[in-house]
Amino acid sequence: MNLLDRRSRKGPKVKGETAPRAIAGPVVEALDIWKSFGSTAVLCGVSLSVDSGQVVCVIGPSGSGKTTLLRCLNHLETVDKGSVRVNGELVGYHERASGQLVSDSESETARKRRHIGFVFQRFNLWPHLTALRNVIEAPVHVLGRPVAEAEAEARALLERVGLGDKCGNYPATLSGGQQQRVAIARALAMRPAVMLFDEATSALDPETVGEVLKVMRELAESGMTMVCVTHEMGFAREVADRVVMVDEGRIVEDADPRQFFERPASERSRRFLSALH
Amino acid sequence: MSLHLTFTNLASVDWSLLLHRIFSPEAPFLRALWTTVYISVIAQALGVVLGTTSALAGLSRRRAVRLINQIYVLVIRGTPVIVQIFFMYFGVNLLFGFNVIPNEISLVGLVVPGAVIAGTLALAINEGAYMSEIVRAGIESVDEGQLESARAIGMPRRLAMRRIVLPQAARNIIPPLGNEFNNMIKTSSLVSFIGVYELFQDAAVHYSATFKPVEYFAAVSVWYLLLTTIWSAIQSYIEWRLSISDKTRRAGAYQSFSEWRARRKNETVLPVDQVHA
Ligand SMILES: Nc1ncnc2c1ncn2[C@@H]1O[C@H](COP(=O)(O)OP(=O)(O)OP(=O)(O)O)[C@@H](O)[C@H]1O
Ligand SMILES: [Mg+2]
Repeated sequence: MNLLDRRSRKGPKVKGETAPRAIAGPVVEALDIWKSFGSTAVLCGVSLSVDSGQVVCVIGPSGSGKTTLLRCLNHLETVDKGSVRVNGELVGYHERASGQLVSDSESETARKRRHIGFVFQRFNLWPHLTALRNVIEAPVHVLGRPVAEAEAEARALLERVGLGDKCGNYPATLSGGQQQRVAIARALAMRPAVMLFDEATSALDPETVGEVLKVMRELAESGMTMVCVTHEMGFAREVADRVVMVDEGRIVEDADPRQFFERPASERSRRFLSALH
Repeated sequence: MSLHLTFTNLASVDWSLLLHRIFSPEAPFLRALWTTVYISVIAQALGVVLGTTSALAGLSRRRAVRLINQIYVLVIRGTPVIVQIFFMYFGVNLLFGFNVIPNEISLVGLVVPGAVIAGTLALAINEGAYMSEIVRAGIESVDEGQLESARAIGMPRRLAMRRIVLPQAARNIIPPLGNEFNNMIKTSSLVSFIGVYELFQDAAVHYSATFKPVEYFAAVSVWYLLLTTIWSAIQSYIEWRLSISDKTRRAGAYQSFSEWRARRKNETVLPVDQVHA
């Protein structure tokens, strides 16, 4: 791969309808988060800050805590210690005037999650709804947007991920790659400030991986803030602004992709990369 | 000898009475039939509502709510229906010191006696405890990722349950629900013991006036059989409709009703771990 080409996308960023709102400070800011399941420590003091428009690829060996990290970012997992802010807002907690942190109610957590798109490894589309209805479900029932308006936008989104002709299809009639693209459209319909991808392509047939990566690449080019857990090193190398290497619940390296892939700073990254070849 | 006896006994059956009871029912009988039907339908419908509420309570994060639900299911499933019916009719008003169960209510010119209300309520409460398990099993059969993707996109748990999980659970609930209703038609005969004039009561009244048990109980059996058979047909039809919509979801071939039935006979039906007392 020609590494110099990857900067070609850094032209003027297209402000699509999903472009994040301008905010001061990072879009995602995780500070010293710790998480264990029972006696297994999974995250041990992870801090991660992602600026608006940045694409961060998280890589690391199996079981290192990548999925857990991503799930902590939108409070699908509760952190034991530390804090997560998205768009400057604490996720899962709110601060009392005294500075004390209090758990959010279910509806408050739900409200904060609207700004955080999450794409699952196994798509998790809703099988009883067509592609179009999967996409409009949350805009209509969570944001209360008018159906006609949500539908028009959903069609445009499905068009954008290359599925304009599949609006009426149920998930079971779509290939894995198509389902994952619907899942991406579904997340985008909420106009998120950040998109989190958990190995979005690793449950796919090799032939359909490319179509999903293409959508993710276009999304990155449109200026979306993204955190992608991925095993696709080509994608990380070409699309990411930063590569974050996680091992045993710690970030062992956080670097520019070019530097990371050519001259990894840590011994652990070097071993990880050489094991891939 | 025994052959001779059988013959004499059969000869003593009043065939014309039996046929008359089956083929030319009188007005009181038709009223009794109608009472059986509407008590069963209302008790089942209330039972589904109660059962769903109870299943959701069982999945609540609040311990107190789960505990109340456990007690409800334990008590109802651990005591005879007939006791529950008597308790509702004779005990509840005394217990509370005022008429929880009214002596009668008139609905648009129709007078519903207190026994019918108490009986229907008791059957509904009983049914709710059984439906609870069925609904819970239905909810648990829905992939966890479904609730997760709904919550990740910003749906509060309750909305996610209603919009995403329950519609999918319903498909697994409908077949056992059909069997429950079949049971309900038969179990509703127990309300005769608190004086409700329904199918069984009608037969019992005639029997005690005439001492012709064979004719009256055989005839009423035929009527129960007719009700349950009609219901089975309706149930099959509903399940066939569901299988069609599943097929279109999978873009599979259309099956006619008879094809579907023939094929279904060879399929193993999901076991439902509930046995009625
Ligand atoms: N809900 C859970 N309960 C108990 N242990 C868990 C749970 N979720 C994750 N773990 C454990 O936490 C560790 C990290 O898991 P995680 O899924 O975050 O790893 P990962 O880096 O995403 O791995 P992979 O590349 O295989 O997806 C693993 O040892 C896993 O077994
Ligand atoms: Mg993972």
